[in-house]
Amino acid sequence: MTANSIQSPAAEHPAPKGAGPPMASIGNLIRRPETGSFIGLVCVFVFFAIFGGESFLSVSGLASWLNIAAELGIIALPIGLLMIAGHLDLSIGSVIPASSMMVAIVSGHFGLPMPVGIACSLMLGVAVGFLNGYLIIKTDLPSFVVTLGTLFAVAGLTLGISVLVAGSTSVALKSDPISKMIFGDFINGKFEVILLWWIAAMLFVGYILGHSKYGNWILALGGDKVSARNAGIPTDKLNVALYMASGLCAAFVGMCQAILYNSAQVSAGQSFIFNSIIAVVIGGVILTGGYGSVIGIVLGTMTFAIVNQGIYYTGFDANWASLIIGVLLLAAVLLNNSFRAMAISHAAPRVKPKAAP
Amino acid sequence: MTAPLLQLNSVNKSFGPIDVLHDISIEVKAGEVLCLLGDNGAGKSTLIRLLSGVHKPTSGEMLMNGKPVSFENPREASDHGIATVHQFGGTFPLMSIGRSFFVGAEPTKRWGPFEVFDRKKANEIAVREMRQLGITRITDGDRLVGGLSGGERQALAIARAVHFGASVLILDEPTAALGVKEAAHVLRIVLQARKKGIAVIFITHQVTHALTVGDHFAVLIRGMKAADFRKGEKTREEVTDLMAGGEAMAGLEAEIESHLH
Repeated sequence: MTANSIQSPAAEHPAPKGAGPPMASIGNLIRRPETGSFIGLVCVFVFFAIFGGESFLSVSGLASWLNIAAELGIIALPIGLLMIAGHLDLSIGSVIPASSMMVAIVSGHFGLPMPVGIACSLMLGVAVGFLNGYLIIKTDLPSFVVTLGTLFAVAGLTLGISVLVAGSTSVALKSDPISKMIFGDFINGKFEVILLWWIAAMLFVGYILGHSKYGNWILALGGDKVSARNAGIPTDKLNVALYMASGLCAAFVGMCQAILYNSAQVSAGQSFIFNSIIAVVIGGVILTGGYGSVIGIVLGTMTFAIVNQGIYYTGFDANWASLIIGVLLLAAVLLNNSFRAMAISHAAPRVKPKAAP
Repeated sequence: MTAPLLQLNSVNKSFGPIDVLHDISIEVKAGEVLCLLGDNGAGKSTLIRLLSGVHKPTSGEMLMNGKPVSFENPREASDHGIATVHQFGGTFPLMSIGRSFFVGAEPTKRWGPFEVFDRKKANEIAVREMRQLGITRITDGDRLVGGLSGGERQALAIARAVHFGASVLILDEPTAALGVKEAAHVLRIVLQARKKGIAVIFITHQVTHALTVGDHFAVLIRGMKAADFRKGEKTREEVTDLMAGGEAMAGLEAEIESHLH
């Protein structure tokens, strides 16, 4: 997924005037799937730099949106892979609080060592993901319905068990210094340590989608499920693995939040459902699957986070942020559509009269 | 005389109480094109699904090189060298040519501890294989499949099958959605595949296309084999009549006649 990955044949195409390598690479750059998202990000950044002024551009301004982006980004990456594969996962909205509660109850309420609480928390996410994937491949129901079901089921379970076990919907957690340092601390007093995890996730998912055979499988699965299966791709296993990854990442974020805030609530996380979808769609992934890139998803996440936090630096009422996000989403989808059309028409045949058979 | 590459002996297929295929026997030899002709609903699709491992016959036997075979899934059929190319190429419009060519069989190279998809190699091979089938316009394997014309997509799918060593190539209505020139190109590609010694099963309802490339013909009517003949044994009109079910066509002509007068 590097921008300079142009093979020589690209230059043979009638590129814009002076078809040297630099011009050809600009042409190819425009046809990349994430170009639209990049333009969106720049526009949004410039807008808030103008209206938010210096405090938005300051280190703490940067930290405020990067922290939001990191939490959302870790979830948006596997959600993006799922959407490229043609699925959705709504259940993350309750996996996040469920895993927060899990680590808080195991290590806070019962006082077991932190690693045990963290492991339980992550296992919970993987288990919900496995259940989602398993139900979807066995029932062949739309993933929207299945994960909507698990969203409510897990939310109910979290509430019920928390009250039953801890007697409260909010549980305090005092983590040991090492866990705190790895998962829930600040760097330089401003940047959450989860930012580093986000970068690691980007690199890993970027490798998976862009540079491993599994990325090809995911694109093929989203492009045409039947052809993918006929080509010998283990589509069922792939689906389950993608859901487990999404459950794991949601649990990871929930666990980090509990450690960061030293407590867990049963009702945190519903906003992540739509926010992650918005970030992924702004990033150029199409809802029907088969197309998308990690760079796009990261850019979409940053765009969302800038609007979400930047509004507080502008002096506008924060309620307007939702309006901006709504408009941005529609604009991004339209922009991405036209860039995708350009990418396709780039290889279209010279105009040929088509006769009916 | 060598045994046929692929042979069906009195194969039946029913879904519950419904008989879809009844007593079908066909055979195809290496380097030969067998055309399966039939109107919509004649059972062509079901026959393809039997051959490509999607369904299993209810009774009857399937032989490859004279040995009985049975496919549990499409993967097993393709392991036996049977490749199926569907009407729209079965390719992925938003994937690059190189990537879609190698779906499920990605070339990889080592990069430190990682196994990475060898995009350069994939693109080179895909472009070269398409070039061998006469598609010279495509020079960049990074382009999206969605930008190819219908005939080029067929060529990509056929090139893929040939590259992965298919010995039996099943083409399901490859020319149905194409213009005249594009269809002619696909027919040329079929003949090239035949020349490479591949056994081609060409499914179509376009008699002209079938007669152009076929060595051997079988006509399906309502799940039964109504005729089996070799090149030159029947004229175009006879075949068309057969497919539409002779008398039915005559009846229709009489009816139209009566409306006109």
